[in-house]
Amino acid sequence: MSDIQLVEAPPGVEGAGFFATTLDKAIGVARSNSLWPLPFATSCCGIEFMATMASTYDLARFGAERLSFSPRQADLLMVMGTIAKKMGPVLRQVYLQMAEPRWVIAVGACATSGGIFDTYSVLQGIDEVIPVDVYVPGCPPRPEAIIDGFMNIQKLVKTESLRRRSEPKYQELLASYGIQ
Amino acid sequence: MKNHPVYTDNDPQNELSTLNLGPTHPATHGVFQNVLQLDGERIVSGVSTIGYIHRAFEKIAEHRPFYQITPLTDRLNYCSSPINNMGWHMTVEKLLGIKTPKRVDYLRVIIMELARISDHLICNSVLGVDTGAFTGFLYLMVYREAIYEIYEEVCGARLTTNMGRIGGFERNFNVIAFDKLRRFLKEYPVALKEFEALLTRNRIFIDRTKGVAEVTPEEALNYSWSGPILRACGVDYDVRAMEPYSSYEDFDFEVPVGSTGDVYDRFLVRNEEMWQSLRIIEQALVKLENEPSDIFHADVPDFYLPPKEEVYNNMEALIYHFKIVMGEVPTPVSEVYHAVEGANGELGFYLVNEGGRSPYRLHFRRPSFINYAMYAPMSKGMLLSDAIINMSSLNVIAGELDA
Amino acid sequence: MGTITNEDLIKRISTQFPGQVTVLGEPYGLLTMETTREHIIEILDWLKNDAVLQFIFLTDLTAIHYPDQEKAMAVVYHLHSLVNNVRLRLKVFLAIDDVHIPTAIPVWDAANWMEREVYDFFGVLFDGHPDLRRILNVDDMEAFPLRKEHPLEDPNRVDKKDYFFGR
Repeated sequence: MSDIQLVEAPPGVEGAGFFATTLDKAIGVARSNSLWPLPFATSCCGIEFMATMASTYDLARFGAERLSFSPRQADLLMVMGTIAKKMGPVLRQVYLQMAEPRWVIAVGACATSGGIFDTYSVLQGIDEVIPVDVYVPGCPPRPEAIIDGFMNIQKLVKTESLRRRSEPKYQELLASYGIQ
Repeated sequence: MKNHPVYTDNDPQNELSTLNLGPTHPATHGVFQNVLQLDGERIVSGVSTIGYIHRAFEKIAEHRPFYQITPLTDRLNYCSSPINNMGWHMTVEKLLGIKTPKRVDYLRVIIMELARISDHLICNSVLGVDTGAFTGFLYLMVYREAIYEIYEEVCGARLTTNMGRIGGFERNFNVIAFDKLRRFLKEYPVALKEFEALLTRNRIFIDRTKGVAEVTPEEALNYSWSGPILRACGVDYDVRAMEPYSSYEDFDFEVPVGSTGDVYDRFLVRNEEMWQSLRIIEQALVKLENEPSDIFHADVPDFYLPPKEEVYNNMEALIYHFKIVMGEVPTPVSEVYHAVEGANGELGFYLVNEGGRSPYRLHFRRPSFINYAMYAPMSKGMLLSDAIINMSSLNVIAGELDA
Repeated sequence: MGTITNEDLIKRISTQFPGQVTVLGEPYGLLTMETTREHIIEILDWLKNDAVLQFIFLTDLTAIHYPDQEKAMAVVYHLHSLVNNVRLRLKVFLAIDDVHIPTAIPVWDAANWMEREVYDFFGVLFDGHPDLRRILNVDDMEAFPLRKEHPLEDPNRVDKKDYFFGR
């Protein structure tokens, strides 16, 4: 028997030729295991991301085989590296162009909070311009840490209710960033 | 957005199209923008905008003591951080007049050549990716992981290493580090030969890269190019050979030089430099056997932190520790410029000191910044795909571009 | 370690430009000379094209701000002669309210971006530069960040609690 783990099916009723479960569980499993990331790699964390995508730490095992550089076709915005104030509007533009459902992971200390660069030209954390789901600390975080962050995103995606995006709490969050 | 003027006076009938090769582009080379005017597939003119990752290193450096500037230098050319670290330490040692023992020099040479290999490895394999050959990248990244493991044995970190101290290293290289190094020296040449077999005489690769972006030596020197791209044009300027630092004069290596300066020549020069780096590391391992194996730093108690066991037990060591950390040690009031051969070219550190524990002014002469200035004028008349390959072969690292 | 000694350099440059250059010193073996902005481009041009000296490589162009001095802004040129393997540093001091200096682009095209960086950080105006605008900072920034009076940190930051930073 091979030791490759496949995704476990959600709890449901199984029979000859059919499997019945609830819609949100099925969609949750499908979404979380086929996330298409948009690697927004700016600096050193981008190189650790390249190492994560390469053979040793293969991120493709988790479903992120196809990197999408077009925001419309991406699910997960992975912001890796320092975001300067000059880059802030560009990041916001990319986030606005992503189609729902979308998640954001801030990889590295600089994306999380500005990192070691407490200067006039660096944005002190990308959550000043876009809402963030998962933060991965580290400078740069090891590929294992990036994978851990990715798995946390998968957990979020799997357990998310289908109605979450139209709830008033979510709308309020987006409004606080000035996003309609 | 205001910061890219596109010159429209050459296009009265609006036939040219504008392409924003924007800050986030799929070639994963970093965040810099080129707004290009295209006539079909051919570039008519282009304007470069950089600064999307400007982190104000030079301003930060004025507020940090010397030993805290090393993590900043890491993040300049983050594909080969040890070279930046060692270069900075050598600059400070030049300022303070510290002479490092031979063993420290040889260990530094080993680490710097490993860093050079890891940088050229990424540059060449990503050049392959840009032409469509993804396999080379996957094969060679495994060896970059092997280099990361060697760095971890020495300093604990993979990418932004913060390696070494003023006067040497923070700890001696242990047996595991040398074992990993020897295994790397045995396995990497096989992989590099395989990579070369994939690309060097590959019909498609040669068609994509030969004759693209040829540069004459006069043009290159006019734009102050340095590093492998200058050597591909035919000028044999290598800081390790011209102004040897860290005992490079004891080593026997060749400086590969190209002829036309096109992308294929740059690829070949970088490959050959990797072979020469392997040669240097092998010579260094042989030379290390003749040096006493317990020296890993110079004897400068004024600037090199004493080991913690002595600090807790010995009054003298405690006083030295206090003086170093609080910055009570006077430093010369002078200015020094030191250059090392970074993976992209001449990486220079211009340090102006006024006697305190922080520099008065620190300026990094960043090769990526100076090399990239020629990109927009150079891409006039090129096809768009050729311009992408050209950008990839210039090996512009965004951290070093913006600093 | 080059084929031309620093004394020889001083002699040649002083005979060619009598009274226009002063020797500031040779810190760590690198000859440092000072001149004025009226003569700098001529000197750079001569240094580049002279058959013996051949300072064809402009290593670096930067500036230093000395707010306590009378001539507060220093523009520093590092030159390198590849043939003779010798380096040279030239400084031009400018008063802070009159920071004009002619551009070095006619001599080297590499000076284009280097001067833009100096303008961005220090506000030094290079006369004759075709495109003198900011290169690394945001375009609409008004201050010149590397001048000594400009703070390192962003003064508008609201989430940094002074209590934790000992202020």
